[in-house]
Amino acid sequence: MSSISIRVEGLSKQYYIGRSPKFSTIREKIVDNFKAPFRRAGNLMRGQATGAAELHEAIWALKDVCFEIKPGESVGIIGRNGAGKSTLLKILSRITQPTAGYADIYGRVGALLEVGTGFHPELTGRENVYLNGSILGMARTEIDRKFDEIVDFSEVEKFIDTPIKHYSSGMTVRLAFAVAAHLEPEILVIDEVLSVGDAAFQKKCLNKMEDVEQSGRTILFVSHNMPAVTRLCSRAIFLQQGQLLMDGPSAEVVGAYLNSGLGTTAAREWNELKQAPGDDVVRLRAVRVRAEDGEVKEAVDIRKPVRLEMEYDLFESGFKQMPYFIVLNQEGTTVFTSIDTDPEWRQKPRPAGHYTSTAWIPGNYLAEGTHFVSAALRSQDPMIRRFHEREAIAFHVVDSTEGDSVRVDHGGHLGGVVRPFLKWETEYHANGNGAR
Amino acid sequence: MQLNDELKNINLPAPPELGDVPYIRIQPSKGWVSIKFKELWAYRELLFFLIWRDVIVRYKQTVLGASWAILQPFISMVVFSIFFGRLAKMPSDGIPYPIFNYTAMVPWTLFATRMALASNSLVGSAGMIKKIYFPRLALPLATIVAGLVDFALAFLVLIGMMFYYGFAPTINIIWLPFFLLLALCAALGASLWLSAMNVQFRDVRYTIPFITQFWFFITPVVYPTSLIENPLYAALYSLNPMVGVIEGFRWALLGTDTAPSFTIIISAVITLVLLVSGAMYFARMEKTFADVV
Repeated sequence: MSSISIRVEGLSKQYYIGRSPKFSTIREKIVDNFKAPFRRAGNLMRGQATGAAELHEAIWALKDVCFEIKPGESVGIIGRNGAGKSTLLKILSRITQPTAGYADIYGRVGALLEVGTGFHPELTGRENVYLNGSILGMARTEIDRKFDEIVDFSEVEKFIDTPIKHYSSGMTVRLAFAVAAHLEPEILVIDEVLSVGDAAFQKKCLNKMEDVEQSGRTILFVSHNMPAVTRLCSRAIFLQQGQLLMDGPSAEVVGAYLNSGLGTTAAREWNELKQAPGDDVVRLRAVRVRAEDGEVKEAVDIRKPVRLEMEYDLFESGFKQMPYFIVLNQEGTTVFTSIDTDPEWRQKPRPAGHYTSTAWIPGNYLAEGTHFVSAALRSQDPMIRRFHEREAIAFHVVDSTEGDSVRVDHGGHLGGVVRPFLKWETEYHANGNGAR
Repeated sequence: MQLNDELKNINLPAPPELGDVPYIRIQPSKGWVSIKFKELWAYRELLFFLIWRDVIVRYKQTVLGASWAILQPFISMVVFSIFFGRLAKMPSDGIPYPIFNYTAMVPWTLFATRMALASNSLVGSAGMIKKIYFPRLALPLATIVAGLVDFALAFLVLIGMMFYYGFAPTINIIWLPFFLLLALCAALGASLWLSAMNVQFRDVRYTIPFITQFWFFITPVVYPTSLIENPLYAALYSLNPMVGVIEGFRWALLGTDTAPSFTIIISAVITLVLLVSGAMYFARMEKTFADVV
């Protein structure tokens, strides 16, 4: 009985990239041209794989990566482009070999690195399902058994016997994903393939992945879609430039990733007065999102309060001002608008000076995901809008499954523009007949 | 509620039993790698699908379809019969030139076209190689085996010609599958070398037509081996595995003098060397394919 699904120890992969040596004289270049075929033939026989390009510089796509995954765990692998995520998946799916280190794999690995590999345009949908299924590692009998399910999932039943060169790109992609989604290996390795098809299909795919997760299979999931990672995976691994930076609960690791200096979108400042939004009366100087403790943070915990802050300079006294925030979600829907409710300044003309207005959003109110904040200000009597800086900043709300957020123990998708923590009451009567 | 009870009883697929899971250690391999026959057997269904795909796609696409498998060797035979047989008066071991030539064209076409296709099989399936794991040997192997379909069709025509010229099959026909196997192995051996090299150096592909043409002239397709009188040259000549194949075909089907002997034994040995060395080189280079292709 294996207690480990995957064990990776010191895994490293080196790639050669291009930089041909420079020649200072033509004579050197000509001599090299003569020598080159012999040199290449020598390399060929020795089994070196740099190919005709003779690339000289080496980079480590992965260096000394170590981790262990237990059966049934679902682990997200995140990092910027070029961090080594796809390389790691390729090594674990045995497509490419590591340069050093090793990986112990217990179980069959089904790799979904690309959707529709091996699809041939001349073959019909039906024939491609069998071909692709076989390429992915399914036995013929398995495909027979699941064929109806696959076709049903892909929604291309009517066209299943037409050559796929007549399919729309959406149909091809749906069919391809449908085949891949019905793989049943012990370990499933997925590389960002969930971003295919339209929104409705993407939802379907994510739900299917959740089913797979529920069935107790080990999942390795590479993605840039942070909400999907926190939703599907209980644990995440953060790779940066080939090295393992962090390995822990997905909410934490995702938070660290978002905070890792990707250009802070959580704060925006205008140092030059002339470029600051506004007019002669008032200028916006900064917009920031702060966590409960006052720190500017890009990723905030859904359970904790969040502070929205705007700094502005007022140059003329005697007017009533109304700063307000508009918060939008990643679909562009306005979540809410909030106007300054501070009783101290309400209906009072304000003197000139430097102001910082803060709005407190309660914890367990916002939904998960990326939120954008627009900052605006209106003068009253007469009503003039002084500035309206659209989507000045953005921040990410991260939910955990620790049990004290609205999620409670639900790991799947929770819809909603907001996610308030409501009070629930239950009444119970122990009579069994339904009589009241 | 009844429905809820039913829902409770629907079981999600049970997590896999971990007692008998396959285990593998992925680590860098050094030097010569052994050929994983067991794994190739485990992937036999994929091999079948690749062969099936190759055949179906070709027959769906071409207007001539199945007839191309027959037309190519047949028309070549007609042209050769005119120019070599009649005009140049090439000797043909006492057999009418057309059937003498066609008996050689059938296995030769199998060898040449399949070697050419298989040599490009890895580069042609670069997408699959970069994204999916499977024993890469399946690609050239599938291409070679798929040639049997074309061979079968051309062979039917050969049987027709035998009938027309009055050649009855002799007992030696039981050796025919052996010569067929020899041709397949020679094609496979050569294409294992070429396909692996082609991944690294794409211009290998452009040398194939030249290699094929050269090989054609050192094989007794349009002329008999008996044309070479000097025994030393004849011995060197039979280092070409296709010499054994062609002479074997002619002997088995037409009853020529070229009984299996020296020539064919050498051909068989060379084929074996080609096949084994090709497989070893291929296996050694396999780990680099996904990175370089």
